Amino acid sequence: MAESGTTNPADGLGLPLDHGACRLSALSCGPAWLVAPFPGQEGACGAALAPLGLDFPAPGQVLAEKGARIVWAGRAQALLFDADPPGALTRHAAVTDQADGWARLMLQGADAQTVLARLVPLDLHAGAFPPGRAARTLLGHHPLLLIRDTENAFEIMTYRSMAGSAVHELQEAMRSVAARAALS
Amino acid sequence: MRISCPCCGLRDRREFTYLGHETFLYRPAADAGPEAWDDYLHNRDNPAGETRDLWYHDPCGTWVLVTRDTVTHAVTASRAVAEGQRA
Amino acid sequence: MTGGWRIPGRGAEIDRSRRRRFTFGGRVLEGFAGDTLASALMGAGVRVLGRSFKYHRPRGVMTAGSEEPNALVAVLEGTQRTPNVRATVQEVYKGLNAQPQNCWPGPHLDALAINDFLHPFLGAGFYYKTFMWPRRFWERVYEPVIRRAAGLGSLSGRADTGRYEKAYAFCDLLVIGAGPAGLMAALRAGRAGADVILAEEDRAVGGRLLADLPAIGGQDTHGWLAALLAELRALPNVRIMTRTTVTGAHDGGTYGAIERVGLHLADPGDLPRECFWRIVARRTILAAGALERPIAHPANDRPGVMLASAMPAYVNRWGVAPARRVVIFGNNDSALDTARGLTAAGIEVAAYVDPRDGISVTEEFPVYRAAQVVGTRGRLGLREVAVRHAGGISVVQADGLGLSGGWNPTLHLSCHMNGRPEWNETIAAFVPRPGMVPGLEAAGAAAGRFSTSDCLADGARAAAVALADLGIKVADIDLPLAEDRPYGIAPFWAVDAGGRAWLDFANDVTTKDVGQAAREGFASVEHMKRYTTQGMAPDQGKNSNVAALAVLADATGQGIAATGTTTFRPPYVPVSIAALGAGGQGAGFAPQRLTVSDATSRAMGAPMIEAGLWYRPSYFPRAEETTWRQACDREVTMVRGAVGVCDVSTLGKIDVQGPDAGQFLDLLYTNTMSSLKPGRVRYGLMLREDGHVMEDGTCARLDAARFLITTTTAAAAQVMRHMDFVQQAFCAQQRFRFASVTEHWAQFAIAGPRARDLLNGVLDEPVTGESLPFMGCQPVRVGAIAGRLFRISFSGEAGYEIAVPARHGAALFARLVRAAEALGGGAYGLEALNVLRIEKGFVTHAEIHGRVTAFDIGMQRMISPAKDCIGKAASQRPGLMEETREQLVGLRPVDPQDEIAAGAHLYAADAPASAAFGQGYVTSACYSPTLQGWLGLGFLTNGRARHGEVLRVHDGLRGRKVMARVCDPVFHDPEGRAMRG
Repeated sequence: MAESGTTNPADGLGLPLDHGACRLSALSCGPAWLVAPFPGQEGACGAALAPLGLDFPAPGQVLAEKGARIVWAGRAQALLFDADPPGALTRHAAVTDQADGWARLMLQGADAQTVLARLVPLDLHAGAFPPGRAARTLLGHHPLLLIRDTENAFEIMTYRSMAGSAVHELQEAMRSVAARAALS
Repeated sequence: MRISCPCCGLRDRREFTYLGHETFLYRPAADAGPEAWDDYLHNRDNPAGETRDLWYHDPCGTWVLVTRDTVTHAVTASRAVAEGQRA
Repeated sequence: MTGGWRIPGRGAEIDRSRRRRFTFGGRVLEGFAGDTLASALMGAGVRVLGRSFKYHRPRGVMTAGSEEPNALVAVLEGTQRTPNVRATVQEVYKGLNAQPQNCWPGPHLDALAINDFLHPFLGAGFYYKTFMWPRRFWERVYEPVIRRAAGLGSLSGRADTGRYEKAYAFCDLLVIGAGPAGLMAALRAGRAGADVILAEEDRAVGGRLLADLPAIGGQDTHGWLAALLAELRALPNVRIMTRTTVTGAHDGGTYGAIERVGLHLADPGDLPRECFWRIVARRTILAAGALERPIAHPANDRPGVMLASAMPAYVNRWGVAPARRVVIFGNNDSALDTARGLTAAGIEVAAYVDPRDGISVTEEFPVYRAAQVVGTRGRLGLREVAVRHAGGISVVQADGLGLSGGWNPTLHLSCHMNGRPEWNETIAAFVPRPGMVPGLEAAGAAAGRFSTSDCLADGARAAAVALADLGIKVADIDLPLAEDRPYGIAPFWAVDAGGRAWLDFANDVTTKDVGQAAREGFASVEHMKRYTTQGMAPDQGKNSNVAALAVLADATGQGIAATGTTTFRPPYVPVSIAALGAGGQGAGFAPQRLTVSDATSRAMGAPMIEAGLWYRPSYFPRAEETTWRQACDREVTMVRGAVGVCDVSTLGKIDVQGPDAGQFLDLLYTNTMSSLKPGRVRYGLMLREDGHVMEDGTCARLDAARFLITTTTAAAAQVMRHMDFVQQAFCAQQRFRFASVTEHWAQFAIAGPRARDLLNGVLDEPVTGESLPFMGCQPVRVGAIAGRLFRISFSGEAGYEIAVPARHGAALFARLVRAAEALGGGAYGLEALNVLRIEKGFVTHAEIHGRVTAFDIGMQRMISPAKDCIGKAASQRPGLMEETREQLVGLRPVDPQDEIAAGAHLYAADAPASAAFGQGYVTSACYSPTLQGWLGLGFLTNGRARHGEVLRVHDGLRGRKVMARVCDPVFHDPEGRAMRG
């Protein structure tokens, strides 16, 4: 899976984990670039991203095209995944390599939203946070970039160094939710 | 308590870090003199009612100027600090 | 009912085919699935459940709900002991092990019952008056004795091993309480498509309907409830949360709620015991019903005396008779209904006693009008009730006495944001005012509307109002026909017939105590409460507040409305701390940040130490080493003599880019960064705006428009927040942005005279002292990996820091350590890192602890006179630059082997060790293997001018006094030859 001599932040954490109707697994860490436009340069950044079929995303927005994806990731910044930033971008934005900075997990299954409701102080109703949206928030006390792929699949990104403790939190929540589901 | 982040919408207070009154936005000139700097750094009113203060939305990195009521705790308005810079 | 206490044909909630064996106080008893501990004990004929708090009087079950003041028990599960569990709430399961509280050796024979005979001396204020003198007795004698005798229940003293949970929920409409009002509200809102949470404290929905069983819409209660529940459950937008008590109303439509998840199961498995919910609701309907209140009459606390309304609850919900022959004492129409209902259920009503004169006497039971209960007998259970009436005093044989002083709307949540309820004369109770909690409206009995018909209608109405506010269209709803009897009441609070009449059963507060409080000047309700402790027990005055208030109002001659009421605060019911702290045990206490070298370090036997959220190796012990000092000394010597490798990835790393980046950094740092040449690194200082040092670190210019700054491990998040503020508040239009790259880069320090040798064995292209001079930086390649190299030193040796993307970090660290070992060096940990920097007099947050200025640490010259910076103006204040300030110094013990400890204080050799004579303090200390002696860094008044002076270093905590000489803080290689070489 990984190139020789390299590690994924989720190595050694026993993933995938299954509890009840939920599975937590590790995602591989391809290219990831943080794009932070200079003041007022969102439009110019969007134009620079056009060759990839992308634009600069509005808050909460996720844009995907031909394997590349750009995800809003905070105040006037976005993460560009699985593509190298077009050279023109650096004239309008600070661009930093973040490929190794994040642990990337996937939580999926019928109870995924219920599990996250134990840890994330966000309204996760599909009406309020529909598939194709991203949010910066908290996973317990961990920083979180949450992306909803489908109704029952969430990408969970936290700092690389916190992968183990984030998995611990998720596993505890998965156990409790699985036990509740078994009860009814 | 819930605070509106200009980027993220209404969020729980646990996502925010408090700084202080909006006075911190109005930094005196370097040579403004000790009284101006004292006012900037230390001297604050303690209003029973509306106040405007600064909160940091840690998850997204936005500094927010929040208008709220110290008696009822109602949050009545908020805007990004950087937006005010543009005016 | 012959012999047993169970009533055939009644008890909708128990399953008689499923017996549940449990123990109470060591006795093995049997109940049924669906029983509460209270109903099961009642069914087993157990009447005394414990002793009262102060007088240790035998007590039985008082209520059928969470407001229970008497029946508090301890539940034991393995080593776990949960005190103050309300027997009326705890459900029976197979093997439940409960114990009575507040009695020894047992509830029937209790040593401290002597207090009951001492009651004339134990009234309100007893403790305050008695245990005052002599003063020294308080700590040694009084307090230990009182601590042993007092208190409700006790803890196991062991850590709670149970699982707990916290969760968030969001909804359009939160309906609190699933009685007739709450059910209709949820149904109407649910049909309209609103997102509804219906929270019900009980395990079953229905509220009072379950106890009173009125016909609704032409059906019996259970039939109507079943149909309604089926419809609600079929609505995907309605979430019914049973066993869930909403405990607090907070700002912004946020409510706290405690759910009993696994507390009713013999084997909960992975189920949490409890879940603490934070529910964010756009609108809320408080439909929590009402609580009946007792009447204070002499000896009204015996086992067998309970709320009148609790009696039909036990009969109809759990099929158990609370007594065989009962007296009902009430001042309102609901009490009379209760007596009729009990008669219909086959319970003999020996007397109905009512202080009102005009009530009907043509009932199936004897009615005493214009009458009062003036006493009771039966020490371990009620036997006789004395009734005073126009004809004198009659003694009625009875083993049950139901009290009804009227009903208090359950308005507590509406008061949680400081709103005050209003007194309603008609029902003689407080009712919520509109708007006490924004977005919350009370409905049904919680709003003082008591008939079933009124409750159904009010719930439906409140839902329509709430949804209209939210812009959600609601349809009309057919209201089912139901009981609509008027509720008449004549306020009546206490019987004046001598003897003790209890108000607060849990805290043993009587009408006399309240009267005494008023006489002694504690006449405001808040003072009375604190003086008597009325309302301060686990029930928080739910059973006693209004009556106590009325007695106080009577004593002071003011009306109830003028007397006011105490403030209800969250939580509505007791909430276990464990539930509030759910997830915080063990590894869940805080995020743990692990470096890429973590596994390697642990495999090498390194003990890990917390640095902020990070875990870093303390030292790397080798086979022959038995103490940490041996390892640390060896690692320091290794760095000074050969080469050492240390993971420094935890330092904050912030990438600042853009044409205006230099300008921004000039504002941020005291010194000028815009003049830094690409490929160069500069040490920098940041101040807080108040002129004190916030942070230090390095700033590297990677290219013309790109800087990389480092922050200390502990302050990384704070610095990021500060930079965001400075940018957004003062530089929002400048062309630069920055991002934390801490996690992307793994970074390792390589330090020592052989550092370059080691490095050149790893790099594709070697570096020389000239190609990369001290304080230089450049890109490098390690095979296929693109990295960065910085020639910086925190050890004072020739040193480098090499950074590679984190995925390569583990492999590179292992490789560097192997290479270092081959050169006679190895890995070093935080202990050695600390010694190395103390030897060089480099500061950390031990020194820049928030109260020191650049002047104090001798860096005032780093504040550039040529430009403004954050904190500059304030740092120039005269008080922050006075010679008399405490300044950074070095300390060396006169005898080099005398140990100096951080935290010790500095005094003149002959001065006493007290604050008035303090001259400064030690911030960091270590044994220096390089200099063969102890070293200290610290702050000393006017210290820079006092090098050479000998002072006493007094460590009061460890009782050590050491004479030490003041010196320059740079102990080793003050010219810095090693690191430049």
